[in-house]
Amino acid sequence: MLNIALVLGFILVSGACFLSLVRLLIGPDLPDRILALDTLYVNSIALLILFGITEGSTLYFESALLIAVMGFVGTLALSKYLLRGDIME
Amino acid sequence: MSGFMEVVISLLIIIGAIFTLLGSLSLLKLPDFFMRLHGPTKASTLGTGAILVASALYFSLTKGEISVHEILITVFLFITAPVSAYMLAKAALHLKLKQQAQTQGQTLSQQEGEG
Amino acid sequence: MFKKLIPHPILSVMLIIIWLLLNNDFSVGQMVLGAILGVVIPIITTGFWPDQVDAQKPWLWVKFFGVVIYDIIAANILVARWILGRSQTLRPAFMELTIELTSPLAISILASTISLTPGTVSCSLSADKRRLLIHSLHVENISIALVQMHERYQKPLLEMIK
Repeated sequence: MLNIALVLGFILVSGACFLSLVRLLIGPDLPDRILALDTLYVNSIALLILFGITEGSTLYFESALLIAVMGFVGTLALSKYLLRGDIME
Repeated sequence: MSGFMEVVISLLIIIGAIFTLLGSLSLLKLPDFFMRLHGPTKASTLGTGAILVASALYFSLTKGEISVHEILITVFLFITAPVSAYMLAKAALHLKLKQQAQTQGQTLSQQEGEG
Repeated sequence: MFKKLIPHPILSVMLIIIWLLLNNDFSVGQMVLGAILGVVIPIITTGFWPDQVDAQKPWLWVKFFGVVIYDIIAANILVARWILGRSQTLRPAFMELTIELTSPLAISILASTISLTPGTVSCSLSADKRRLLIHSLHVENISIALVQMHERYQKPLLEMIK
């Protein structure tokens, strides 16, 4: 039961990653691309956690936490750049 | 691990994955940026949250000791998603991105873009 | 004495909880270490926390978070249905909510709640912090939606944070 759920989960989340990637490539505007990147990192956290469950290891938690923190800071910095043309004020 | 908990964990994983997929689908499908903003802020956050809760349950039950640090990422995502969405929306208003023709109250957004 | 040693009790408790969660270990040793961090970090960073958070009525906080969690799940099912339906039939809208809250924490909680709940994302707060621009994915009647948001989220927040 759990194995089937994990495989299904992998397929669905990978599909989500692919859809975000398409939006990242076609744009059309910069905020669209940033939003796609934002979604992509949230999806990759989900993928990492699923992989952690299949491996039975909690080691992947740390990398997921790092991606969450850095992804958030990245999104903020990029939108701040669009808003002001400058990251630091 | 009991059979019942296995079913609960499997359901959480599948529901979470479906919501994550819906979030990305809306990103691709909807016609303008402000509408696209809704999918990732809500669906992807809840989907990933559900998968994280499934992971916390799984490790608590298999390792025999409480494992709740996944809750930390879940809470972090729920706090940061609205902030990212707010900043992106603000940037989009500033750049005056194209809006769907049937959007109501477009004058409000134009005023905000000026300021 | 107590005020000087623990200037922000809520922050200290949060730090201890986050420390324990990060280590994923609830032994006495980690709790002592967490308690030391919970006392030292607020003292070092006093300059970053100019105003004291004045949270009131803990019962209302529990009720508010219950309502928000329920709404997040309801919102997701609703948005899922809109996403799967035909996107041409959606009626997106910009609307403006008048903000009666004054504390910055209360305003940010309100804006975050609005972003996470049914079909709405808060887009921009006016410079005088009196108006919040909100984008909605699908709305039939703007004034009813605004009144609902005020009743459901802003009213409890007005009482929770003075």
